[in-house]
Amino acid sequence: MSTVTINVDGRNLEATPGEMLICVTDRNGIYIPRFCYHEKLSVAANCRMCLVEVERAPKPLPACATPVMDGMKVQTRSITAQEAQKGTMEFLLINHPLDCPVCDQGGECPLQDQALGYGRSDSRFQEQKRSVASHDIGPLVATEMTRCIHCTRCVRFGEEVAGLLEMGAPGRGEHMKISTFLNRPVNSEVSGNMIDLCPVGALTSRPFRFAARSWELTSNFGISPHDCLGTNINIQTLRNCVERVLPIENAEINECWIADRDRFSYEAINCRHRLTVPMIKRAGAWEEATWETALTHAANGLKRLMDNGSAAEIGGLATWSSTLEEFHLLQKLVRAMGSDSVDYRLRQCDFRDDDIAPPLPVSEVPIRAFSDRESVLLVGSNIRKEQPLLALRLRNGWQTGKTRIAAINPIDHDLNFGTSHLLIAPGNSLVSQLAALASAVAGARSMPLPPEIRRIADKHRLTDLADQICQAGGNGLVVLGEAAQQHPNASLIKAIVHWLAEAAGSRIALLAPGNSAAGALANCQPGEGGRNTGQMLAGGMRGFILLGCEPELDCMDGKQALSAMQDSDFVIQLSAFRSESVMQYADVLLPMATFAESSGSYLNCEGRLQRSRAAVTPPGEVKPAWKILRVLGNFLGCRGFDYMDLEDIETELSPRTENPAPTFRLGKWRLEDMIEPGHTGLTRLSGMPMYRGEATLRHARALQSTADTPAPVIRVHPDTLSELGLKSGEQALLDDGDTTAQLPVKEDPRIPEKCIYLPSGFAESAMLGIHNRVSLEPLDGRQG
Amino acid sequence: MSRQRDRSLIAERFGTVRQAASVCLPDPSVKTPWKLETYRAGGGYTALEKVLSGQIPHADIIETLKLSNLRGRGGAGFPVGVKWSFMPRSSDVQKYVVCNSDEGEPGTCKDRDIMRLNPHALIEGMAIGGYVMGATIGYNYIRGEFREPYDVMEEAVREAREAGFLGKNVCRSGFDFDLHNCLGAGAYICGEETALLNSLEGKKGEPRFKPPFPAAYGLYGKPTTINNTESYASVPAILRADGNWLDGQWFRGLGVENSGGVKIFSVTGHVNRPGNYEIRMGTPFRDLLDMAGGVWKGRRLKAVIPGGSSVPVMPAESILKANMDYDSLQQHGSAVGAGSVIVMDETTDMVGILERIALFYYEESCGQCTPCREGTGWLYRIIRRINSGRGSMEDLDTLLDVANRIEGRTICALGDAAAWPVQSFLRHFRHEFEDKIAMDRANAA
Repeated sequence: MSTVTINVDGRNLEATPGEMLICVTDRNGIYIPRFCYHEKLSVAANCRMCLVEVERAPKPLPACATPVMDGMKVQTRSITAQEAQKGTMEFLLINHPLDCPVCDQGGECPLQDQALGYGRSDSRFQEQKRSVASHDIGPLVATEMTRCIHCTRCVRFGEEVAGLLEMGAPGRGEHMKISTFLNRPVNSEVSGNMIDLCPVGALTSRPFRFAARSWELTSNFGISPHDCLGTNINIQTLRNCVERVLPIENAEINECWIADRDRFSYEAINCRHRLTVPMIKRAGAWEEATWETALTHAANGLKRLMDNGSAAEIGGLATWSSTLEEFHLLQKLVRAMGSDSVDYRLRQCDFRDDDIAPPLPVSEVPIRAFSDRESVLLVGSNIRKEQPLLALRLRNGWQTGKTRIAAINPIDHDLNFGTSHLLIAPGNSLVSQLAALASAVAGARSMPLPPEIRRIADKHRLTDLADQICQAGGNGLVVLGEAAQQHPNASLIKAIVHWLAEAAGSRIALLAPGNSAAGALANCQPGEGGRNTGQMLAGGMRGFILLGCEPELDCMDGKQALSAMQDSDFVIQLSAFRSESVMQYADVLLPMATFAESSGSYLNCEGRLQRSRAAVTPPGEVKPAWKILRVLGNFLGCRGFDYMDLEDIETELSPRTENPAPTFRLGKWRLEDMIEPGHTGLTRLSGMPMYRGEATLRHARALQSTADTPAPVIRVHPDTLSELGLKSGEQALLDDGDTTAQLPVKEDPRIPEKCIYLPSGFAESAMLGIHNRVSLEPLDGRQG
Repeated sequence: MSRQRDRSLIAERFGTVRQAASVCLPDPSVKTPWKLETYRAGGGYTALEKVLSGQIPHADIIETLKLSNLRGRGGAGFPVGVKWSFMPRSSDVQKYVVCNSDEGEPGTCKDRDIMRLNPHALIEGMAIGGYVMGATIGYNYIRGEFREPYDVMEEAVREAREAGFLGKNVCRSGFDFDLHNCLGAGAYICGEETALLNSLEGKKGEPRFKPPFPAAYGLYGKPTTINNTESYASVPAILRADGNWLDGQWFRGLGVENSGGVKIFSVTGHVNRPGNYEIRMGTPFRDLLDMAGGVWKGRRLKAVIPGGSSVPVMPAESILKANMDYDSLQQHGSAVGAGSVIVMDETTDMVGILERIALFYYEESCGQCTPCREGTGWLYRIIRRINSGRGSMEDLDTLLDVANRIEGRTICALGDAAAWPVQSFLRHFRHEFEDKIAMDRANAA
């Protein structure tokens, strides 16, 4: 591409024609002050701070909105430019409170910094300053709108990046104010980025509010355990306490954003439910113990099972937020004891294709390629809530008109992009509609359709969508989301997607929660003869080692998980938190470190391995899980547990980590039989609210107050609700055959008819089976 | 009926005087000039018919407009023919013509009377514009307070559509053009062309940063030309050229060098006969003042704002030497603007006038750019303080400095419009401000 040369402050700089001046100066280290400009947002040119002198221009021009032209001569620090910049600064300050010492932004405030460089030491403004009322916009973002300088970064972020126009600028002139419409809360799952974008103390972090000053904090590089991107985070600490989390820019992964899940989950680290000392249950009563005692107790319990010949009935379950090293040591320990039953796929229930499954749950395209696909097909994916930052990438491609996105989802999810095709397919119709699509693809490609697929395809004619996918070819992507992975017929979905992608030439991305890919890489899954999560929870296990998980909440079928735990003889839980329900069945609780307190490796969905270092030392007796597992191995007398440090484990793993292949194709193609629900009537749809799927998230206080953590209510389509004789807001009795629960119902047109949606991850819903026939009726039994 | 009578009465009483030729304002002797039949009887829509007959190349129409020296009547004075030539002729995308009838400039009331009395001239002008520029849809954005002109326009559009001058296949030429009237919601800033586009799109009326200009990225991102009501309404008469079809010289000759034709000046303030005066460009101000019956109550002239509150004020000795055209007013330190001549007699309190003007811009700033959002309020508050007897001499320097720091630093010209009155009032009448401050100080002591 041709370049032009411009002259800035006497320096000749190369630039691309049409590029904005401020991009060129930024790249070359020439500082121009600014407030409204942000490289990821559209140009507003409203703050007027970046005015510079351009030769032959009659007045100073904003560097953020002035395209470069060959031979342009620019002065950024001439008298004219400085006079303009100082003028703007004076205007910004006349109505801005000058109380930096009590402002939470103080010390990291662009306005404060630039006032030092461009402001006056006195004020000529003798009039009364403006004050603006602030409204509560939710538990994450604190507002103090008197400090607002109307740069509209937050408004543009919502409108352009997040895809939700939540903040706006109603009012005119001096009465213009940044607020939500009708004082509604901000519900975006990436709202915390507005805090970073706000150049003043108008929008600040509510959980972090007044906790520390920025200059007191130590920055630590970390990896978010909660998404499959391996989002780079800056864990900021003060006196060995995590005070907040900020993004670290990584253009390949998270750009400059992080989801609220990554930003606010740290609150769990300092929560009052932390388990800080080992605990053992003796004669039905819990007591605190030393590590020595607790580990001896744990080892003895396991040895007893091994001595009884029940070694194969000891299972290991790991949460998806574990590190690669933790996954590795858990499977190593379980296998060293003589069992092959270990799994990290807590929410999967169909394991029939384990023998042919791809080695890693990954995406065949890199993260950055999510924004330049021609066609994307979402299969059972509420990507906005499951992987918020990937949804932003998809949205970006959709916005530029490059990407057409189709979805086959059980529920009409509220996505932050438009869909070219939206197919609502609850229950097994997800499989049959997908099969119909495969049939259409076969038609478009003039390829024979496997008879197994034809047999289950429903009558939908999807030629238009099939053409879209086939035309995109290698630029097409099929995304398997959580609803697809958790489906009772997940193996059919994967097989059809595999066939479809092969036929159309598409790529596949399986977006598993958190660090799942590392679980697969560490082989933290059953070998031949071993039992998977589903088999372990089906009963018959004698002992469990739980790594960071609370099965009754983390697993798909909480009821089944709980009974499996209760029926076993000996349960060891490695956990950061004390859980009442776990304490009812567990025998040993070993306090483990959270993501910020422990070093470890994370494998993201594009096969990139990233290492995170502990930002703080854990409280009390808490130890990193890898150390606990190592010592437990020693106590059990297992071989190969003599690691000196984490590097030893990394070295051991290095043959595997060297080249993790990001492919997602089945080893051999086969279609299992469709499992029919065995009942007619209401179908229960389930899903994990984004802040309930993991113990750390469940203990993050502010996240638990957001709209994404709704109180457990049964959501039903309005028509179905009235057929059942219920009204929105009423209490209803939900019966799954042997358990009943009393819960409120709410009408929701996004739920398909003849279905009810009850989220998992809550104590209230955990006690209900998921595959059973359910019935719903008014509380007093009256109809109508 | 009563409304029609009122309108005629106003046309007579409100000094709607034509000096040279009937271009935008109808002859006051004509009854019901807003009716289609009346308009047609006077040669209306012949220009559109002729243009649509296909005999005339588009370029000739633009050349005629260029030659006629018709300059944009909204305030900036950009040549209309040149503006029309900016529209990409060849491209297949949807294009729009938009009429700016958001007449909000204090002192201006010409577009209101064009719409009330001569709506078909506007419709014909826009249809011709649509044809020349390849736009099939026109929007007429009418100031929110103009309910009555809006109703007249709606009726006229209905008549024109029924008669085949709007809609599909206009005049059976195969050309489609439809026109929609939109009523604003009372924001002065929506008279700024890009804010107007935002408002039309249903967004907040905030000016857009230019470039891109509307001819490249306008309404809904499509090529768009925006002209003032008077500019469009002048087009049919210019093309008819009083019988000398397409003779741009006719209109040009009505005016002077660089300022073609006739233009409406809305004379308000301390005159005996305020009203709209459609006069030759280059007419001496003295003559216009005479037409308006001279300064009222036999008083002497103190100052005139010749183009609406946004242009600099001129003291009597300066305006009395000036002619009403672009060059002459500029030479004397002001501008034609929207042609709203605000006349002030010798008793006028200049501090009070500036306070009122400053209040206007403070209220009407959209709030987007820092200097205007913060500065207009600051200007107003200082002037209010001075006017209420709590000013100091330093305030005058601050006032000027604040105005200088707003001027030229904002996205649109509202910042300039807020600064210029302050600068010009202090340039010409600083002594009145100083006297007021000194007197208040003395009284306080």
